[in-house]
Amino acid sequence: MRQQPEQQAPPVQRLRIRYAKRGRLRFTSHRDFSRAFERAVFRARIPMAYSSGFNPHPRISYAGASPTGAASEAEYVELGLAQVVDPAQVLADLDEALPDGLDLLVVVESEGGSLSDRLTGSRWRVGLPGAGDLAPLVADFLARDEVLVERMTKKGLREFDARGAVVSLVPATEPTGAVLDLVLRHTVPAVRPDDVLTALTKVAGPDAGASLGSGAPLLTRLEQGVLDEMTGTIGDPLASP
Amino acid sequence: MSHVTDTPAELSSDVASVFHLLEPRLPSVSKPIQYVGGELNSTVKEWDCGAAVGSETVRWALMYPDAYEVGLPNQGVQILYEVLNERDWILAERTYSVWPDMEKVMREDRIPQFTVDSHRPVRAFDVLGLSFSTELGYTNMLNALDLAGIPLHAADRGDDDPVVLAGGHAAFNPEPIADFVDAAVLGDGEEVVLAISEVVREWKTEGRPGGRDELLRRLAVSGGVYVPRFYDVQYAADGSIEAVVPNRPGIPFRIRKHTLMDLDAWPYPAKPLVPLAETVHERFSVEIFRGCTRGCRFCQAGMITRPVRERSIKTIGDMVENGIRKSGFEEVGLLSLSSADHTEIGDVAKGLADRYEGSNVSLSLPSTRVDAFNISLANEFSRNGRRSGLTFAPEGGSERMRKVINKMVTEEDLIRTVAAAYSHGWRQVKLYFMVGLPTETDEDVLQVAELAKKVIAKGREVSGRNDIRCTVSIGGFVPKPHTPFQWAAQLDHETTDERLKKLRDTVREDKRFGRAIGFRYHDGKPGIVEGLLSRGDRRVGRVIEEVWRDGGRFDGWSEHFSYDRWMESAERALAGTGVDVAWYTTRERDLDEVLPWDHLDSGLDKDWLWADWEDALAAAEGADIEVEDCRWTPCYDCGVCPEMGTEIQIGPTGQKLLPLSVV
Repeated sequence: MRQQPEQQAPPVQRLRIRYAKRGRLRFTSHRDFSRAFERAVFRARIPMAYSSGFNPHPRISYAGASPTGAASEAEYVELGLAQVVDPAQVLADLDEALPDGLDLLVVVESEGGSLSDRLTGSRWRVGLPGAGDLAPLVADFLARDEVLVERMTKKGLREFDARGAVVSLVPATEPTGAVLDLVLRHTVPAVRPDDVLTALTKVAGPDAGASLGSGAPLLTRLEQGVLDEMTGTIGDPLASP
Repeated sequence: MSHVTDTPAELSSDVASVFHLLEPRLPSVSKPIQYVGGELNSTVKEWDCGAAVGSETVRWALMYPDAYEVGLPNQGVQILYEVLNERDWILAERTYSVWPDMEKVMREDRIPQFTVDSHRPVRAFDVLGLSFSTELGYTNMLNALDLAGIPLHAADRGDDDPVVLAGGHAAFNPEPIADFVDAAVLGDGEEVVLAISEVVREWKTEGRPGGRDELLRRLAVSGGVYVPRFYDVQYAADGSIEAVVPNRPGIPFRIRKHTLMDLDAWPYPAKPLVPLAETVHERFSVEIFRGCTRGCRFCQAGMITRPVRERSIKTIGDMVENGIRKSGFEEVGLLSLSSADHTEIGDVAKGLADRYEGSNVSLSLPSTRVDAFNISLANEFSRNGRRSGLTFAPEGGSERMRKVINKMVTEEDLIRTVAAAYSHGWRQVKLYFMVGLPTETDEDVLQVAELAKKVIAKGREVSGRNDIRCTVSIGGFVPKPHTPFQWAAQLDHETTDERLKKLRDTVREDKRFGRAIGFRYHDGKPGIVEGLLSRGDRRVGRVIEEVWRDGGRFDGWSEHFSYDRWMESAERALAGTGVDVAWYTTRERDLDEVLPWDHLDSGLDKDWLWADWEDALAAAEGADIEVEDCRWTPCYDCGVCPEMGTEIQIGPTGQKLLPLSVV
């Protein structure tokens, strides 16, 4: 007869990892990434701790994943291990086991607490090919208390404020277009950089529709971590508190 | 037909990547990851990789003409991709069918059909090789050709266009696509793709003498590559084929299939592709043998892949270990047409289960044989406690039908087998049947319900539980070329649907068992289109083109398939030929008829096939005839081994799998 599988032992070590999504692999969705990552830990023979049950899963916790299509230099994941290992070795082995473009940057031992609690803000670089000087538009946006936008979510079309989550927004011009330096506070529902672009388009009004440029915006998360509300900077979530 | 006029007309054979055109549009299409490539173990080579070794470069674009999620896991494409790329003078990249949202973007922005490896335009390659597991990919081929800027008709192509080459099981009758392909190959691809590459290289090295026509001639004279343009088809007044004859000197009358011997020498895929996108098979598969001589009369795969050639237990063990380490897949499938028939399957199963005991590596085997041995195998494969489900394929509902198709499983066999399964802890058994088999009556089909009820009753008895389930899965029978049933009349879709309804009602009405029996089936209409394409001749090409021009794509997907579109297109395209869809599908043929694929040699002796068809009809009347498996009772009657110079290659080797040393 069918027997209940035995209970798995709890992890003996937790590792926190910072990784990047680069180049064409920025189109990897979060689901795609988690499948690829599970295979990579197996290929790299990382001694994972597993969940209990008939379908044991390696203990991997994902936090604050960026949207599909956005590049990132600051994605985070936590592993629960069945043996104590050298984080530097895990960094080398796992990076080797992942396709180029999903690149491991840092592996450290967890000091406890919740990783997602330490991910309260992000700094983004928003490239807008073909866009002109955005300083007046950004000033107009920042002067407002609230800019409502709509986005289709899994729960249907939702309307929310995109202004409140913006900690800072600094435009600059480049030879190919404009670039925005954007710091976002993590809120519920999450305000994403593309929501801020939607809000800017709304503020610009119908006459200035093309001012955000002609090409597809390129979003890159540069930092993610502990938002300092005083300075508006992002602290390293893997550093000691 | 607006999409046709939108076609990028003057695409150059530029070899630069088109990714910069694609990238800005990717955020707007569904699942963009399927178009970006970058899979683990994929290969990216220099466009002129041959130059480094002082050679012309031969370039292949390999296409599986379905969506990426179906095409990427395809073993055939993965094997050829690897075999070709191992040569330093050959470059192979992959391309798949794009979904309609991406097609729209590509037509708007004039982005040609591209490879996912380096995003190079398909038209720039020397050969576009398409693998057809099923005929339902034909419209997708036309769409890819059009998006690539390659003329649809082979006759309109110039020296800058690739050789469009078809392979895969459907290529055993490539006549319906004869106008669109330049060439087709039958059988195993590993060696012939290299032979074709050599011919292309020599022709390029000589400065392309005689252009495209000469290249195709060189391929055709080998006897192993079919070039439809070098054959004329003559039709009789009644619409049947009178003759298919070569139309120039030196072209052979018959084209032979290719058979790879010694599979241990070809342990591919050795670098399995691991996609980022989710695909239909999330596992690493090892083909444990090729071919099958069980002799099921409906089974085209079993007829055209003869003889049986096993991989040894040692090679299988090595391939499994290498595959999971290179891919990171923790699920391993042992593939073949009937995996439990491997001479050492018991030792393979036990050896692998021992090796990976205590890990999360799981093994699966498409278990189709109905006997108790299968259950002990399944137990081996589920040592880690998982009991997913067991599938058996009696194929025919009644004993009479099983004799007609030469699938010799008795009711007692089946009941004994499921009893073993249920008593070993399985709760769910899946049974696969076909409807529409030759000589079938309503009564034969209703026997499926009786069988399912007995299965549930036995399951409840041996397990002492009430939560036993049985899923009955039904497919429509489609007669296929190179089988004893190639002469058979296909059942019309109305009768198919009636029989399915009667069967469903019979199951549902049953108070005691009805709710324990699941019922899965498709309506009969897609089968008629598959039948038209399977046994069609060159005139069917116009139907395919008409359907594509009308917007037909992804015919293997029920949400895209349109029966009405096919029938309306067929009416227009076949007008004036004297033949129609019924002529191709529901009409029984006789021995004298020239079949469209008679000049394509699968090795099977046509007289043997006919005798086997007559045996099937005799069995239907009660004759006790069983065709035995030539693996166990030496027999050369089907003709394949003497005709092709091949032989059965099976074990046992007597070897066992040893534990892997810890690294």
